[in-house]
Amino acid sequence: MSGKFVGGLRAAALTGTILLGAGSAFAADPIKLGVLEDQSGDFAAATLGKVHAIQIAADEINKAGGIDGRPLELVIYDTQSDNTRYQEFMRRVLQRDKVDAVFAGFSSASREAYRPIVNQFDGLAFYNNQYEGGVCDANMIVTGAVPEQQFSTLIPYMMETYGKKVYTLAADYNFGQISAEWVRNIVKEHGGEMVGEEFIPLGVSQFSQSIQNIQKAKPDFVVTLLVGTPQASYYEQAAAANLNLPMASSVNVGQGYEHKRFKPPSLKDMYVTTNYIEEVDTPASKAFVEKFKAAYPDEPYVNQEAENSYLAVYLYKQMVERAKSTKRDDLRAEIAKGDVCMDAPEGKVCLDPKSQHMSHTIYLAKVGADHSITFPKVWQDIKPYWLGEAGCDLTKSDPSEQYTPSNPPSKS
Amino acid sequence: MDAITVAFAALYQFGDAFAFLVLSACGLAVIFGMMGVINLAHGEFIMCGAYVTVSGANAGLPLPLAILLGALVAAAVGALVERLVVRHLYERPLDTIVATWGLSLIATQGTLIVLGSTMAGIGTPLGSFQIGGYSYSVYRLVLFVMAIVVLAGLYVLFNWTRFGVMARATIQVPHMAAALGVDTRSVYSRTFALGAGLAGLTGGLYAPTMTLVPTMGTTFIMEAFVTVVVGGADVFLGTAPAAVILAIVKSAMTSWQGQLFGQIGLLLAVIVVIRVLPKGISGFLLRERA
Repeated sequence: MSGKFVGGLRAAALTGTILLGAGSAFAADPIKLGVLEDQSGDFAAATLGKVHAIQIAADEINKAGGIDGRPLELVIYDTQSDNTRYQEFMRRVLQRDKVDAVFAGFSSASREAYRPIVNQFDGLAFYNNQYEGGVCDANMIVTGAVPEQQFSTLIPYMMETYGKKVYTLAADYNFGQISAEWVRNIVKEHGGEMVGEEFIPLGVSQFSQSIQNIQKAKPDFVVTLLVGTPQASYYEQAAAANLNLPMASSVNVGQGYEHKRFKPPSLKDMYVTTNYIEEVDTPASKAFVEKFKAAYPDEPYVNQEAENSYLAVYLYKQMVERAKSTKRDDLRAEIAKGDVCMDAPEGKVCLDPKSQHMSHTIYLAKVGADHSITFPKVWQDIKPYWLGEAGCDLTKSDPSEQYTPSNPPSKS
Repeated sequence: MDAITVAFAALYQFGDAFAFLVLSACGLAVIFGMMGVINLAHGEFIMCGAYVTVSGANAGLPLPLAILLGALVAAAVGALVERLVVRHLYERPLDTIVATWGLSLIATQGTLIVLGSTMAGIGTPLGSFQIGGYSYSVYRLVLFVMAIVVLAGLYVLFNWTRFGVMARATIQVPHMAAALGVDTRSVYSRTFALGAGLAGLTGGLYAPTMTLVPTMGTTFIMEAFVTVVVGGADVFLGTAPAAVILAIVKSAMTSWQGQLFGQIGLLLAVIVVIRVLPKGISGFLLRERA
C-alpha cells in the first residue's frame, strides 16, 4: 500500500528530473533508504515510533540540504510483524527499488530471517534494535544495545540490591534463549543462584501457572525477558496475584512502555537498562522529545528503538559524507578508522570497527509505585566489547555468523 | 508444603485454565454448533468487547456494567455482521470462512488505524488472597465462576425458553420449523448475535487482566478452536467436557514442564481426539445415546 504510493512518487520524481534536463540532474539524484519495520501486528506498539523517527531525521536532513547535496528518499514497507514479509520486502528493496541501505527489523527472528538475503545481494542493513548480541556480519550495522551493555550492568546491580537468587522468565525464541544464557552466566560469575527459568512461547497471554512456579522457587528478583503485546499481560496478572517481587529487564519500558500502558502499581520495582527513553533528563533528550511530539503529537512514547533509528540516519549521513560514496566497502573503510561517532539524544555514541556495533550511555531506569521513572545509576560509554574480545574482527574477515557465549567464534 | 496447599494450587490452576477455555470457546461453539458457520472473526468480537469495556470503565461505569455494555455492543455488531454479510452466505459455508476472516483483518487493522497501537489498561480489581505459601488473584476465581454461569445460562436458554425451542427446531429441520411458523432467519440472526455477545463478554471479563491491543483476539483463538474441535458441535455435551479434559491436560503439563509443554499437550490432545472421535466428544456421546 505505502510501497505503491512511494513508488508513484518515485516515478514522478524520475520524470521530473528528466524534464529538468541534464544540468543539475546529477546533484539531485536521491540516496534511497529502505525502511522495513512493523507498522501492524503484534510488535507495532514498539516499532511505529521507529518509522516516525526515521521520517523526522530524513525531513531534517532534506531541509538542511540533504546528504552531500543529494536528497534522502525513504522507501517504506509495513512488515506486519511477520518474518516472511521481511524476506519478501528485503528482496524487493534490494532488487527492485535498489536502495543504498536498509533500516530493518524488530524481533531477532525477523533479523535472522532477512540477514541471509542481505548477504546474498551484498546489501547494507542497519538493525536499530537492542538484541541478544553476537551478530558478526559485515553487511550489518547494529545501533541497538547488546547484553554486555545491558546485563553486565543490570544483573550485578540487582544482585547487590535485592539478593542472589534469580528467576528468569523469557520469550521462547532466539532472543529470549540467548539473553537467558547471558543472565545465567553473569549470575554464576557473581556467585548467585538461578532458582528457576521458564521459556514462554510467543503469543501466550495467561500466566497463572508461571506465577505460581515463581512463588514456589522464592527468588529475590525476576528477570523478565518477555516480548510482544500478549506476553506483556504477565505484569498485570503478577500484580493481581500480589507476587510483589522486583523485576529486571532489558526490553520492558524502554521498548514497549509498559509503565504507560498498565495501571499503577503493576510495574512497581521494575529495573531496566536502556540506552534511551523519553524520561531521560538531559537538554539533548528533551529537545529530541519536543521535536518528536511536534511532528507526531499522538505518539504514545519515544522509546529506545526510536532514538536508535533516529541517530542511525545521521550516522549514515556522516559516513556517506566522509566517504563521498554510498558503496558499502567505502563506508566500512570509514568505520574501520574507529572514529565514526556522534552526539545522539542519549549522549555520545561510537561505532566499534570490529563488530560494527555501537557504544552507548546506559541508563538504569527504575519504575516507581506510581509508574514514574527515576534513574538510580547511569553508565557512560559502555562498549559492545564481547564480539571483539571473543574473536570477531570484521576489519579482517566476515564470517556472517551469529555467535553466543556457548558458541563463540573459533579461534583458529 | 501441606496437602491442602498443593491441592488448592492444582485446583486453582485447573479452574483458571477451564475458565479461559470455556469463555474463549463458548461464542464460537454457539455459532458453529447451532449454525454450522465457522466464525474466524471470533477473536475480533472478543477484542471489541474488551475495548468497549475499558472505554466504559474509563468513562466512569462500574466494571460489571462496563462488561455488560461490552457484551451488548459486541452482540449488536454481531447482528449487523449477520445481516450484512453472513446471511447471504448460509448456503456457502466455505465462503463464510473467507468472509469472516476478511472481516477480522479489517477489524484488526481498522482498530490500529483509528485507536492506535495500544490502549491503557484499567487494572485488575478485587486484590489477592493467600493460601499456604502462595498468593492468588481473587479476580481469577470470578472468571471461573463466570465460566460456570455462562454454561448454566446457555443451558437454561436453549432448554427452558421459547427462543431455545425454536432455535433447536431450526437447527434440526429448518424447513419444517419454517413451515410451523418459526421465523428461521430471525433465529439465525439472534443466534449469531448471541455468539458474538458471548465473545464480547469474554473480552470484557479478560480486559482488566490483559494488554489491550488490536491483535489481542488472536491470543484466544487457538484455545477457542481447540476446545470446539475437541468438543464437537454441541455446547453442553461438547464444549463443557472438552474444556474439563483440556484444562486438566494443560494445567498438569504446564505445572510439570512449563508453558511450552502446556501448549504441546493441548495440541496433542486435539490430534488424539480427532483421530479417535472425528465428530468430537459430543458426536461420540450423541451416537451412544441414539
